[in-house]
Parts: sequence; C-alpha cells; structure tokens
Amino acid sequence: MAERGGRGTSSGGDSSLDKSITLPPDEIFRNLENAKCFAIDIGNRTGASGAAAVEDGWWLCLLRETAGTGSEWRAGHVGKCSPAEPSAHCLKLETDYGSRSAPRLAGGAGHDGSCGPEALPGVDKEDVMTCLIKGCNFVLKNIPHEVFAYQKDSDTEFRFQTNHPNIFPYLLVNIGSGVSIVKVETGDKFEWIGGSSIGGGTFWGLGALLTKTKKFDELLQLASKGQHTNVDMLVKDVYGGAYQTLGLSGNLIASSFGKSATADKEFSKDDMAKSLLHMISNDIGQLACLYAKLHNLHKIYFGGFFIRGHPVTMRTITYSINFFSKGEVQALFLRHEGYLGAIGAFLKGAEQDNPNEYSWGENYAGSSGLMSPSPDLCPMQRARSGTFDMFEMDRLERPLVNLPLLKDPSTYIPDTVDLTDDAMARKYWLTCFEEALDGVVKRAMASQPDSIDAAERAEKFRQKYWNKLQTLRQQPFAYGTLTVRSLLDTREHCLNEFSFPDPYSKVKQKENGIALKCFPSVIESLDSLGWEERQFALVKGLLAGNVFDWGAKAVSEVLESEPQFGFEEAKEKLQGIENHSVASCLCEGPPHKCALIFADNSGIDIILGVFPFVRELLSRGSEVILACNSGPALNDVTYSESLIVTERIAAMDPIIQSALMEERLLLVQTGSSSPCLDLSRLDKGLALLVRERKTDLVIIEGMGRAIHTNYYAALQCESLKLAVIKNSWLADRLGGKIFSVIFKYEVPLK
Amino acid sequence: MCGVFFFLLVFPWFGLDIGGTLVKLVYFEPKDITAEEEEEEVENLKSIRKYLTSNVAYGSTGIRDVHLELKDLTLCGRKGNLHFIRFPTHDMPAFIQMGSEKHFSSLHTTLCATGGGAYKFEQDFRTVGDLQLCKLDELDCLIKGVLYIDSVGFNGDSECYYFENPTDSEKCQKLPFNLENPYPLLLVNIGSGVSILAVYSKDNYKRVTGTSFGNMMSKEKRESVSKEDLARATLITITNNIGSIARMCALNENINRVVFVGNFLRINTISMRLLAYALDYWSKGQLKALFLEHEGYFGAVGAFLELLNSA
Repeated sequence: MAERGGRGTSSGGDSSLDKSITLPPDEIFRNLENAKCFAIDIGNRTGASGAAAVEDGWWLCLLRETAGTGSEWRAGHVGKCSPAEPSAHCLKLETDYGSRSAPRLAGGAGHDGSCGPEALPGVDKEDVMTCLIKGCNFVLKNIPHEVFAYQKDSDTEFRFQTNHPNIFPYLLVNIGSGVSIVKVETGDKFEWIGGSSIGGGTFWGLGALLTKTKKFDELLQLASKGQHTNVDMLVKDVYGGAYQTLGLSGNLIASSFGKSATADKEFSKDDMAKSLLHMISNDIGQLACLYAKLHNLHKIYFGGFFIRGHPVTMRTITYSINFFSKGEVQALFLRHEGYLGAIGAFLKGAEQDNPNEYSWGENYAGSSGLMSPSPDLCPMQRARSGTFDMFEMDRLERPLVNLPLLKDPSTYIPDTVDLTDDAMARKYWLTCFEEALDGVVKRAMASQPDSIDAAERAEKFRQKYWNKLQTLRQQPFAYGTLTVRSLLDTREHCLNEFSFPDPYSKVKQKENGIALKCFPSVIESLDSLGWEERQFALVKGLLAGNVFDWGAKAVSEVLESEPQFGFEEAKEKLQGIENHSVASCLCEGPPHKCALIFADNSGIDIILGVFPFVRELLSRGSEVILACNSGPALNDVTYSESLIVTERIAAMDPIIQSALMEERLLLVQTGSSSPCLDLSRLDKGLALLVRERKTDLVIIEGMGRAIHTNYYAALQCESLKLAVIKNSWLADRLGGKIFSVIFKYEVPLK
Repeated sequence: MCGVFFFLLVFPWFGLDIGGTLVKLVYFEPKDITAEEEEEEVENLKSIRKYLTSNVAYGSTGIRDVHLELKDLTLCGRKGNLHFIRFPTHDMPAFIQMGSEKHFSSLHTTLCATGGGAYKFEQDFRTVGDLQLCKLDELDCLIKGVLYIDSVGFNGDSECYYFENPTDSEKCQKLPFNLENPYPLLLVNIGSGVSILAVYSKDNYKRVTGTSFGNMMSKEKRESVSKEDLARATLITITNNIGSIARMCALNENINRVVFVGNFLRINTISMRLLAYALDYWSKGQLKALFLEHEGYFGAVGAFLELLNSA
C-alpha cells in the first residue's frame, strides 16, 4: 500500500513536495475503470506573492461515481492528497482513464483584492463558490456527525452535532490558501461577503520561511510542540500582569511575534510555528466573528483544508470566536472540511442524474476518517504517504427521510450509548469486536466455498477491520461519535469492500427453510390457546425468535455447537419473561389502525416470532407495515428475502394470504443495510406509507434496533421496543442476566 | 488620584506612554521663562531642559521627532513648545536609572504615565527612581490626546489628513481633513497589537475589538527571496488585515470615519495608502480612512494633559 502510484514521482529530486503525492493505486483508483464521472478540486494554484512560497497547489481531490449495473447501489469516491502536482495529476487521470464526462474543476477562492479562480488547460472551470456551497450543504444534510464543536480540556474534545433538519442560515469560512467568507441562506441563495489573504497559504509560506520546513503537516507538527509565549508578546509582558480595566487576562497575546523584534536571541522553530498558527487562527476567528455579527448569524462552519482536525488550530479558532462574540457565535468544524469543493463539483457534474434525489451514506471502509495530526498517535494511517486522505460515499437508490412519527426530529439521537464519552464501554466493545473477528472471517470464507480467492479476501478484510478498530482505539472520534452502530456498520462496509456482501446468505436460506416447516404447527398451537394465554405466547415467541442472532457471540456459539437448538429451546433460555402482563396491555383496547414493525433476524425470528404476531394483529383488524433492511447485514432479514418468506407463508396461511391481497399487510424496505436503525434516515416510500396508513403503533425488534439504537427514541404514537440481551456485559450493565428480555411499551402523553 | 498639588504646577511637564515596544515621551518646554525664573530654576531642572531641547538623539536609541514639535502652545498660562521623544521599551530600565542619577525625584514633579509599562515598571520607578507614577488608562489618554492635538492643529496646518487617489503614485495627494465634528469616530490604534475604539463623545467610547496581529516583526530571512520582497509582502499582508478588521468594525458600529493612529504608520506611506484604498474600495466609497500627523504620540499627550488637569 505504501508503494508509489506510478505517476507520483516526478523529477526524482529530493524536494519534499514531489514525495507527498504518493497514492496507493489499489485504493484510490479502485473501480475507476467504471467511473462515469469524477470531479477534481484543486486549490489555489497561484504562487501569489514572493512571500508565500507556495509553488504548487494546495490539494487534489478526486471524487467519482462508479456506474453500477441496473438497480445496484452506486458509490461515490473521493480521494485526496496534499500537497500535490495538481495539473499534472488531474490531467493524467483524465487521459489515462478517459472519463466519459469532463472533469469538473473547482479552483482557489478569490479574496480581498487578489486572485480569482484559475483555469487549468483542458479542464472545465466551475463556479468555485457554487461548488463549495453545494458541497457544504451536501455534507451537512447527508453525512451523520459531520459537524462538531471543539471543546478544550474536555474528556471528549469533539462534540458531534446531530444533523438538524434545517441547516440554514450559516456562515461558511473556507480556509484555503486564502480565506473566503460566504453567507448561506438557502440551497440556492448565498453571497460571498468577504475574505482575507491570510489563510493556509500564509501559514505554509511564512512557516516555511521561519522554520525552513516545507511540509504543511510538519509545520503543524512543530506547532503542536511549540510554546508561543516565547515568541509572542503577552499582555503580562506589557503590563506586568492582567490589564484590569479592560478585563484582559495577562496570558492574552498582545502582539504576535512581538518578542522577536527586540529580544536578541534565536527562537525555536517549534515556538515560531506555534505562534504563527495562533496568529493566523486568531485572525481568521476574529474576522469570521465580525462577519457573523454583522449578518446576524450564529453558526460558523469552517471549510478548506487548513484545520485538518488539528487541536491547536481548532482550539484557537474556537477561543477567538468565543472571545470576540462573547459566546453568541458558535464555531463549528467539519469532518470533511477539505472535500466541499470537490463534492460540489461532482454534484454539479452529475446534475443530469438529479443527485439531490438520492441520499448518500459515508462508507467507513473507504474513508480514512478524521486523522490525528500526529503521526506518532496514528501510525496505522500515516504509514502510507504523507497526508493522503480518502472519503467514500455510497449513493443510495432512494432518498432517506425522517420517520414521520418521531416526536422531535431535531433532537432525535439514534444511538443509546456514546462510546466516545464512555471510555469503559468503548474498551469493552472494541475488544468484543476484536474477539468476534475470527468468527466473522471464518463465516465470510465459508459463505463462498467455490471462490478461489475467498481466503485471501477474508484475510484482507480481517486486516482492514482490525486496523479500523485500532484506529478507533486511538481516535474514537475519527468517524464521528463512536457507537456500537458505527462499529457494526464499519464491519459491514469492510466485508462489502472485499466482496463479502452477504456472508450469511446460506445460513439465512437454511434457517428460513427450517422455520417455514415449523410455521403451521406453531400457528396451530397458538390458535388452541385462550385469548390472554395466546397474547402472552405471542410475545414470548417474538422474544424467543429474537434469540436467533448470529451477531451475538453467545448465540452463535450455541447455534454452532448445538445444531438441534430450536424455538422451544430458545423459549427456555429467556429470563424474566414469567410475568408479562404488559403483553396484554398492548393488545387490549380497540385495535390499532396500523402497526409498523421493524424486523430483525431471518429464520425463526421473522417466521415463528414476528409472523404469528403480525397474523394476530391482522386478525384484530389492524393493518401491518413490515419493514426490512434494504441490504444485507449479518443474518438480518432483507426486504427481498421478506418477499419470498411472506409468499411462502401466505401459501400456508389464509389470513396472511388475504391481508396481502387486500394490501393490509405491506412489505417495505427501510433504506438501511445496518443491524441498527436510524429513524432519521428511512426510505421515503416507508415514510409515505406510514403517513398514508395513519400508523399508530411502532414495534422495534432486536438488540441492534431497540437497544443499541432507539432505546430512548420518543415517538408520537404507541411504541414497543423489544429485544433479548444476548451479551453478558450489557446484561450486567443493565442489571440483569444474559438472555434477559427488554420489553419497553410506551404510550405518549396526550 | 494625582495628589500632588502646587499653587503653580511645578516643571518639568512630562507625559509618558510606555507601550510594548516603544516608550513615547511628551515634554513641554516653557519659552516664557523670565530671567528671574531662570535664576531660580534649580540646576537639575535646567539640565533636563537643556538636555532634552538641545539634542535630537538620546543615547543610542532615543530620538526626538523634531518635525512634530508643536510651537507656541499656551497651556495653563504658560507659553512653550511641545516635544515628542521616543525610545524602545527595553531601554526603560536605563531610563529609570538615569532619572535616579539625575535626582529627578528632588523636583517633586508628578510623572503621569500610561500604557502597559506604567503598570509593569511602576515598582522600578518607585524603588530605583524614588518616583511615584500616576498611572492613567491608555484608552482615555489616547482619545484625549487625539482630540487635543487635533484642536490645536499642527503649527497652523491641519493635524488630520486623508489621501486622494491613493493607488496612483502620480496623482496621489495628501489633503487636510477637518475633524471639527469628530463623532462618531472609529479609532484604530496600531502599536505592537491593535486596539479599535468606537468614540461617540469625549467621554463615551468603547473598545470594539483588539487583535494581536499588529506590527509583526521577525528576524528570519531567507536567501531565496529578497529581503525587500519579503518585508513588503509582510507589510501589505498585515496592513490589509488591519484594514479589513477595521472595516468590519466600522460596519458593525455603523461609523463611517476611521482614524488610524499608532507608530506602525510612522514613515509608512505604503500602509497608509493601502488602508486608504482598501477602505474606500471595499466600502464602495462609504468609509473614509483618516490619519493624524502625530501618529503614535496621542497616549503620551493624553497623559501629559492629565498632569495639567491635576493642577
């Protein structure tokens, strides 16, 4: 992976600039032969003035979409490196790979009096600002945990924000070589309101002059070790203490580099780099704040590729904004600050495909995540070339929207535990996923017995996921708030990357077959019970079915060692089910108009647990929407599998049969391929149906959907969250035993 | 607070502004000394007067800005000239030492001082120089100084001026500006750092913002780029930055006259013209950049005026 990308090396000189373009071709050019269109964002190429020794561009961004086949999902792919030889590189890409549509170029941003965007020969020039804003709006809407505030001296320095349904208005401060300040009011309405020539290029240029270090990241490295107070003149250097009348602390910088003018000594590179970083960050913060106040805006997002998750920079900018605005304006950072222009250019280029009609999701396998600026902290990622960074997104077939029944979409947080916050839980879960890795690898190999390279791919998967876990141990914030869900999703994405899209497909088929055979007898025994007994048995069945979860280690061990383990045995395992009078609560009173059920596992779970319950609801006169995952995850039942299963059941059961015919039983897809559930990102069709059928009961089943996520989700209607705790640590934490059941029935206050 | 009262204010009359980089000293030289007075004038006082007025340079670093001297002022019934002297703050200990050697304290004068150094060096003044400082707020002094000097004018000429056609070196003209009705006014003081004040009346002002990004200086040089180019680029960068922050503050405060003061502008026509141009251009002619002849001395003048007020 650390090999050079062929065209990376240029003159062979030892200039540090040409080394950093090393790209791992197997990653960045993955799928490029299928590229329908790709976008390039090259920073300000102007060598500007003599002061800024920025000879080359700032960065190079690639973003591409691979054309899928038919209804397959398609992926967008962004890669990026810095610093680079932009023209050479992007044009090479174009000629080498012959993209079908012209690449789009977003150039550097114009600022006070100086340069505007510059065109590269042979490349379309896009409206820079349009691309930038498009890109920014896009990540704000589509990428969960894109935005974070930086909190100094806090356990969790990164405070990720939930995606608010309304992102406008905001101020975008794009820090490239220079700084652009844009007021954004709606998706189409924005205005360049100011800028500054003091930006990333200034830091780089002056930094190079001061320290003789030519690499941007090395400058940041120096800065993180430096003491700015050795170079800067502080208030206390002038006053001997604080400036009481103005309430200025003695430690405030009175004059950046003020000491170096008069003190007759050598200054350390570290100290000067730190002072310079402070100076520029403070300045940008101050200017941004003045613009925000002038335009009455309270949120400032920082884009560009200057900050790079660097704590000193974020701390200084945040401090500066808080200081100058007295807390009225919030400084917010973006995980993908450097990609905005490229994403915007891509969206613009793909406009004939109506990109806004789709939703996108971050692919954790293909994205390198927010890096630590220190290579010492993060040996894994930096083992590659200089500052190479990737961002991959999956384009989903259909748009995702909020579940209309969410009580308050703006405060809804899917995840129950924030592992970035909870160090103990984080350690446990990371270890848990590490320990489960062998099993997943084995399962992946076994799922493709006829493939000759399955073992090799499975091994690659192991490496990749293992590395991700190690990265997350060191930087839990790399992909936003760390949660059990993100760990599960990352595993799914990594499996996909190495072409194991559905390792459980055979297991699922087999189990569906067995469960279908048992279906008539289960129904028969349920029908023989009295009403109250039957309600209890149905709920117990629902829970027992949920034991069959290959994602849980405790269960997969049992299932592997005891092939005879079945529905009845599972019922025996359940803890705390003896007295569930609540079970009948749910079923008393007038029937519900329509129930929405989020199903979990295939096999016994869906067929012997969920379907009898669905059948009962139908016979009471309720309608049922059964929602299953759009794509595979573990042994969870997928939408397409649910179609087959339902057809088979309908053939055996007249109630299901007629409900299907009368469209009182509806099968939909969730839009997700995760073992967990984000109710703010559901398939638009599902949301429409929920509204149309006036759904008044939501049932969420399984650990992933009802415990790791949505445990605290507040809905406008009655809801039932149920699951079996198949993990002893979690059971301990919740004060119960393994195989304890969670049965959370909530009725909203009228 | 300045508790030393005499029937007549005792000479010498000083005002001191001790900044982060430079000390600015204003000295009033009485020109109406009678023969009688001259005879009575104590030796120490005479030597100070002669020393300050007969030299233009003091030690290796002190300089008297002769071209700024204000002639024939009448203050507290005395006629005289106002002198403007500056030296680097790091020579402050030597200055105090000199005061001690010349027995300055025997003159029973009050030393009015402003700037951060008034606090930082207070102890040294007391212990080394046996002098009690009267510490004054630097923003108060700055504004008082600006208003006073503007009101007395610059030896018959205008203190305040602006640039017409700042970008055109042929057509660029420095023209007088009448600051008779000064309020409201944005006062941008560029010293080591930058302070920006919105001034609504003599006593009503607020500090809008400050920045540490002022007169940045660095010793580092590189062979690859010429020193001249680097110096110019740095100067332009910093000036543009100050201009843009000042402009934003003016917009936020809804003020259209911006007065730039501070020693950053001393013999710095490049910056002044750039500020003039940038303000005019980016505000589409709404904002006017104004400058004052006595650039960095207003704090010291304000401190000096306080001395006279105390009498």
